[in-house]
Amino acid sequence: MEDFASTAAGTDRIRLLRVLGPSHVWALGVGIVLVGEYMGWNFSVGKGGMIAGLIACWVAGLLYTCVAMIDSEVTSTVAAAGGQYAQAKHIVGPLMAFNVGLFLVMAYTMLEAANAITVGFLLDTVAGMQGQAGLNQQPFIVLAIMFLAWLNYRGVLATLTFNLVITAIAFIAIIALFVSVQFGASAVPLDFSAITSDPLPYGWVGIVASLHFGLWYYLGIEGTCQAAEEVRSPARSLPYGTMAGIMTLLIAATMTWYVCSGLMPWEYLGQAGTPLFDAARVTGSAGLMVLLFVGTAFATLASANGCINDASRAWFSMSRDRYLPSWFGAVHPVYRTPYRAIVFLVPIALIFALGAPLDQVVTFSILSGLLGYTFMTFNMVMFRNKWPLDKIKRGYVHPFHPLPTIVLLILCSTAYFAVFLGYGTQLSAMMCFYIVASLWFHFRRYKFVRRGDQFTMPWPKPCGY
Amino acid sequence: MAYEPPKQSLAGQIFDVITLLVLTIGALYIPLYLGLAGAAKVPSPIANPTWEALGQNATEQQQWAALGVTDPAAANEIITARFDYSFSWSALIVMAVLVIGYFVMVVRLSDREYREVIEERFGTKRR
Repeated sequence: MEDFASTAAGTDRIRLLRVLGPSHVWALGVGIVLVGEYMGWNFSVGKGGMIAGLIACWVAGLLYTCVAMIDSEVTSTVAAAGGQYAQAKHIVGPLMAFNVGLFLVMAYTMLEAANAITVGFLLDTVAGMQGQAGLNQQPFIVLAIMFLAWLNYRGVLATLTFNLVITAIAFIAIIALFVSVQFGASAVPLDFSAITSDPLPYGWVGIVASLHFGLWYYLGIEGTCQAAEEVRSPARSLPYGTMAGIMTLLIAATMTWYVCSGLMPWEYLGQAGTPLFDAARVTGSAGLMVLLFVGTAFATLASANGCINDASRAWFSMSRDRYLPSWFGAVHPVYRTPYRAIVFLVPIALIFALGAPLDQVVTFSILSGLLGYTFMTFNMVMFRNKWPLDKIKRGYVHPFHPLPTIVLLILCSTAYFAVFLGYGTQLSAMMCFYIVASLWFHFRRYKFVRRGDQFTMPWPKPCGY
Repeated sequence: MAYEPPKQSLAGQIFDVITLLVLTIGALYIPLYLGLAGAAKVPSPIANPTWEALGQNATEQQQWAALGVTDPAAANEIITARFDYSFSWSALIVMAVLVIGYFVMVVRLSDREYREVIEERFGTKRR
């Protein structure tokens, strides 16, 4: 027992290293999310048709632009590990913070599991093309998660520098495919006739339903603020890296939709496991196939890598505050990473990667993300009310408040309905989980938490208290 | 005087982690085990399928071929499968109540805890 107590106390002395710049923030955000262009987004085409997929892409882009604007303002002020968790702790209260921490851990761990599943699926597809169908995917899933966890264990700078490189390659692969197809490199021409012949196979409800997987284009961009405590200049780097990230993703998402929708029948695209790689297969170009295979593999690895980074920071932050057992709040004495949190989350990711279908894992991740975006709406309003602009200095002030908040709330409500169309049971099960977990925290766990120590920002007393 | 939390035993810490793990895994796996999860497409394959009957033009046929599907019968189920978006209004109301009720509960209980934090950090209970 004394060991655990001293370990927790030791975290105050050994701090995370401040080594990251704006490019790392960009790499963390885009690295987690770019995989959304390589897999998963295309289920939105399956849920509503080609046009619905494009509308979902842009509407989800609007939702995430609101998220990035709100997040940039709050995070540039609340620069602490845990990102939205630290925001909730200072602005709404401990129970909300506990829930936000769980949203983050669940969203990122499930996304990590989805990435590992895709790595296995990709290798199986390529093995099948080589006449070796029926590849056992499980060793590759385990290997991917274990290798990336080890990389995270060894240090954040190496981890995110690795992400920077492989994310850039994956992004260049999308641009190369787009440009090559535009210049006639494809053996099969682009065909958008389904836009006129079968524009909305499910009618308008299909557009709403497609928003469910439209979120997958950008899910995780808010992860940039997880590294707030390891960024050299949070007030500058976090808004810059986040906004640059969402712009990158909007461009990549639109190009992805264009190329994939033009090169594949929407019925196939709507259920494809690796759509960009499949688009490269349709072009008939061996070079593009290799490039998009590498791009898909790198995008999934970069995403899983960023997810391990973010989920472990959230778990670490909650443990450091004793919201969870303080044993997990330790920092490695040599590598200065939250190593116990990193190791603990590995088997959880494996349980889901090896035992659950991809769409279920994706939906679980999306739902946790969606709950987090809903939190951001009232969190932003409370932040401005408790500390008006003239009361504390922000690194970044987002324009048009409260318009982004209102738009975000409307889009979140629509997204809940979209998830409900087909995945209502999971949504209800998850809400029950968060309600039970909240009651557990409030009535059992919170007694172990020091009250005043939770407020660490050098801010004045909030208005109204 | 500032609140001094009790020290938690190792067994207590392990118990808390297991509780969370059981809740987490249960939330995803129980719907799966009960067969209530997911919205699978329902295929409506047509008899004697041809590419034309399946609504695929010449370019789309080339695309299918490039993807390794040259027989329309192999694409029959993929092309004809559709989601069913019919839903029950009562289920929608239950979901809305759960989501809204959850956030209301969390914000209210959080505010109660937050007042203690602020009182200790800024008020008379400051250490």
